[in-house]
Amino acid sequence: MIIVNTETIPGREVSHILGLVQGNTIRAKHLGRDIAAGFKNLVGGELKGYTELLTEARREAVQRMMAQAEQLGADAIVNVRFTTSAVAQGAAELYAYGTAVKLV
Amino acid sequence: MDTLIALIWQLIALPTAFFIGRFTERRHLRDLDERESRSGDIIVTNLKTIADPASVEGGRMVIGHVVIATDYWKSFATRMRNLVGGEMKSAQSLMIRGRREALMRLIENAREYGATEVYNVRYQFSNISMMRGSKGGAMQVEILAYGTAIVRRSQQIASP
Repeated sequence: MIIVNTETIPGREVSHILGLVQGNTIRAKHLGRDIAAGFKNLVGGELKGYTELLTEARREAVQRMMAQAEQLGADAIVNVRFTTSAVAQGAAELYAYGTAVKLV
Repeated sequence: MDTLIALIWQLIALPTAFFIGRFTERRHLRDLDERESRSGDIIVTNLKTIADPASVEGGRMVIGHVVIATDYWKSFATRMRNLVGGEMKSAQSLMIRGRREALMRLIENAREYGATEVYNVRYQFSNISMMRGSKGGAMQVEILAYGTAIVRRSQQIASP
């Protein structure tokens, strides 16, 4: 499955559009990581634990989006967008959406 | 007694955070300067349309992101700034550092893929400290950069 955030796929041609596909996940922070992040608040800099947590969560959201596209029989997802939002205290929602298409 | 402990804590934490924070920030900025000087091989643009589509072999989404926090001194400066208003330099430098780091990671990701150009780059920002519900000026932000990396057939670089 090809995933791009442009409207067309370079080097390929879209035959028809199948519709919007999406994937999301809501992740809560981990206590151990939170304590480490608390220390980091003192000296500043990158919070590696959170970076990893969000990488993993975003991958999950993309995978769910891909699963939905596969069900539609898509070859690719174009114009993918990401959003992140704090839905509750201590939890973040990662959301990915795009348009599933069939290639020539 | 409690206020005395709080005051002593401030007297120790503020200068410590100031020096360590400044040291790590400068090291990070030096590292960014160095990596940015080596990133001339990849053209990054937020244009949507791809130049010379006939020579494109393939494309794929690339991502770079970072979660970054202010130090205790900067959090303090942010709180003080809220009293008098004006430009918030402490928060500004954090955002710029975060964006540069996220973009560098995106470029490194594109390089691994063997790309020469990255199109339609977008930035996304979210404030993690709100998720943590932390008080008192401490900022933890996540900055995400994403775009479409392009590999050319003959490896020739077209101007975007």
